[in-house]
Amino acid sequence: MKRIKLEHLKALYRRISETRALYLPVRSAGKTNFAFWTEDAEADLDTLKTVKSPKDAFFPQSETLYTCRREGQKLHVEPEELANQDFVVFGMKACDVQGVRVLDQVFLKDPVDSFYAARRQHGTIVSLACHAPEETCFCKVFQIDCAAPAGDVAAWIAAEYLYWQPQTEKGEALTELVSDLLEDAETAPVDAEQAAIRAMVEQLPYSHLSLEGWNGNATEEKFDSPLWEQLYKPCLACGTCTFVCPTCQCYDIKDYDTGKGVQRYRCWDSCMYSDFTMMAAANSRTSQMQRFRQRFMHKLVYFPANNDGMYSCVGCGRCVEKCPAHLNIVKVIKAFGKEDP
Amino acid sequence: MPINQEEFRPLIVAFCCNWCSYAGADLAGSSRLSYPADVKIIRVPCSCRVNPMFILRAFEKGADGVILCGCHPGDCHYSTGNYYARRRMTLLFSMLDYLGVENGRTRVEWVSAAEGAKFSATMNEFVEKIHSLGKNVRLGDLRCRN
Amino acid sequence: MQELIDRAKALLEDGTVRRVLGWKTGDLPYDPEPAYFETPESLKDFVYNGFCGANLSKYMIEASKLEGRTLVCLKPCDTYSFNQLLAEHRVDRDKAYILGVGCKGKLSMEKIKAAGIKGIRSVSGAELTDPAETLFFDTLYGKAEMPYRDAMLERCHVCRGKTHAVYDALIGDSKDTTDADRFDEVRRIEALSPEEKFAFFQKELSKCIRCNACRNVCPACSCRQCVFDSAKFDSAQKANADSFEEKMFHIIRAFDVAGRCTDCGECSRVCPQGIPLHLFNRKFIKDINELYGDYQAGADPTAKAPLTSFTLDDAEPNIVAERG
Repeated sequence: MKRIKLEHLKALYRRISETRALYLPVRSAGKTNFAFWTEDAEADLDTLKTVKSPKDAFFPQSETLYTCRREGQKLHVEPEELANQDFVVFGMKACDVQGVRVLDQVFLKDPVDSFYAARRQHGTIVSLACHAPEETCFCKVFQIDCAAPAGDVAAWIAAEYLYWQPQTEKGEALTELVSDLLEDAETAPVDAEQAAIRAMVEQLPYSHLSLEGWNGNATEEKFDSPLWEQLYKPCLACGTCTFVCPTCQCYDIKDYDTGKGVQRYRCWDSCMYSDFTMMAAANSRTSQMQRFRQRFMHKLVYFPANNDGMYSCVGCGRCVEKCPAHLNIVKVIKAFGKEDP
Repeated sequence: MPINQEEFRPLIVAFCCNWCSYAGADLAGSSRLSYPADVKIIRVPCSCRVNPMFILRAFEKGADGVILCGCHPGDCHYSTGNYYARRRMTLLFSMLDYLGVENGRTRVEWVSAAEGAKFSATMNEFVEKIHSLGKNVRLGDLRCRN
Repeated sequence: MQELIDRAKALLEDGTVRRVLGWKTGDLPYDPEPAYFETPESLKDFVYNGFCGANLSKYMIEASKLEGRTLVCLKPCDTYSFNQLLAEHRVDRDKAYILGVGCKGKLSMEKIKAAGIKGIRSVSGAELTDPAETLFFDTLYGKAEMPYRDAMLERCHVCRGKTHAVYDALIGDSKDTTDADRFDEVRRIEALSPEEKFAFFQKELSKCIRCNACRNVCPACSCRQCVFDSAKFDSAQKANADSFEEKMFHIIRAFDVAGRCTDCGECSRVCPQGIPLHLFNRKFIKDINELYGDYQAGADPTAKAPLTSFTLDDAEPNIVAERG
């Protein structure tokens, strides 16, 4: 166990950014989101939840795949370079780290997504325990311990120190890089912090949500439930829930005409959008009820069915906070819970 | 990035209504009045056909200035089209100014079919103005740069 | 609130209305969701308090297609949106029974959280019958309180008054919440240099995640298909790509609702990134008022809208641009 005084964090950021890009929660125009650290960036480790999840670090909202350029009669296809620079994501919460594991299931399985894989290879995750979990959190439901986050390095803030514990080889390498800024520390303050966090988690209103009935075999029973017809009603069909979600991984591939050629890029898509399943022949989901159902069935039924029971929800609670109509996955789970005899 | 004024050739998009201004441009041509080749004319049926999106799209794709030319108020081929266009462009230009886009990158000019000289003078003047403003950076899409 | 429920119950029972469109109690003390109630019993979940910010008039577009009348609870500001939709023939007046509900200002969770109040277990002081002076919170981290006024949505500080523009019946008290001029912020930006203006909007808009919440919640954005959803249009509706996309989206969206926007403030309320989107709409409203005479969309559904009318001596665009 190592530690560094909170007031010296800037030196740590500076040191890391000398050799690697450093991606961390930055406050800008009143909101905290993950962004690259610069000397004048306002790093913010106090905000529990960044608006967007840090999945951007590995799976950006939009990225170019290749560019076609026309020169006379010739067409040049220039593939986009894969990430080849090491970078560090600092301050990811336990739920967000689990979110990356969910993305791994999708992008690192055959066929491997080379853009994502390159970023995973070059990225080091420094996770941060949740000092003060909130009422919208429900990571415990998915067996995530926000007091002991996974990641290459785990960190805790207690009193005026940030405690630092490398957990993987990558983590050791990063620790090596900043070793002269860290000092050895006792584990007692971290143990106390962990105990306090876990005690708080027990009291959170959603911590004891039951997932009974939600598993890979529930398709038949849940799919045709009349409840969906009632639940979706307030949904505005915006994409807020999907775009703030750490596990939503659907994307669209589009072309952009630059006037000199075409850039083929991919961008996050949302199953809430009417064109999400648009195909040449027709659209397979024609109502908002079907789209709404898809989002929750995917997270709680289809995904576990294909990934050894792993849910693609991590209980970060961002959708609970951000949905303009106050709909969310918790309300859906509870509604079905009431229905079951 | 400093712009080398020597090399800077602005791209100007001119939306011209079919009935007056496009004919005005024709007259400028047949009268051998010159205006810079930087001006690319797009013919539209009426000035009110121009949706604000057209103007933003022109900027997005690399235009440095956009000018809309239509019949003089009162002379619209469709009686009132240019009156609507006038209100729309007034609001749009005011919004662009509010967003911090340099004044003068957008313009509306009423040019009749008989005003070849005005067309050519307007374009010369506008190109000069855009020259002085330099490249459009604020409304362009980064992907369209190089 | 009981009065409201009783009234709704009576109207459901005597067959005046087929359903009630209101708000349903949420899981947390502050997350009521818009909901339909079809039976008198279901109204036990009905709620109306300071957290019911959602403007239900947009839901009336769909409700107008249903059989029978829908009782809809509209706050004073929501009634302007309803009127505007009526003017555009998007809702059916005969299908709506408008219950005008009182309003003491609606609350912003963003502001409450920004004040450091977290882990909320319960809230009091937000009921319609409360004086709307102070909010009390019981949180996981102890008790907290804050002045009601400080927790109000921006739009309530510039409220245009608590008079309903259209209704069938009224219920509940209101309280004047106006304490600022709605154009102050617009004026402040207008006075900046072009560089400062651009930097301000660039910083705000770069947060945009293109979730389309602002568009989808907007009662004026009632197009069946949005231009930004067109597959033929290469400016993606979902990518926040390379700095210009968001600007174009927000300028065009504001322009397309110019003269129709009632300034209900829903866009700013729902933005997950807290972008002050009302600043775009208000700029247009301010310009319209100054150039073409005072106009309040939704005040009179028979009025001619400023962008579908003109006068012979309207201002010239170049002059306006130069004047700023």
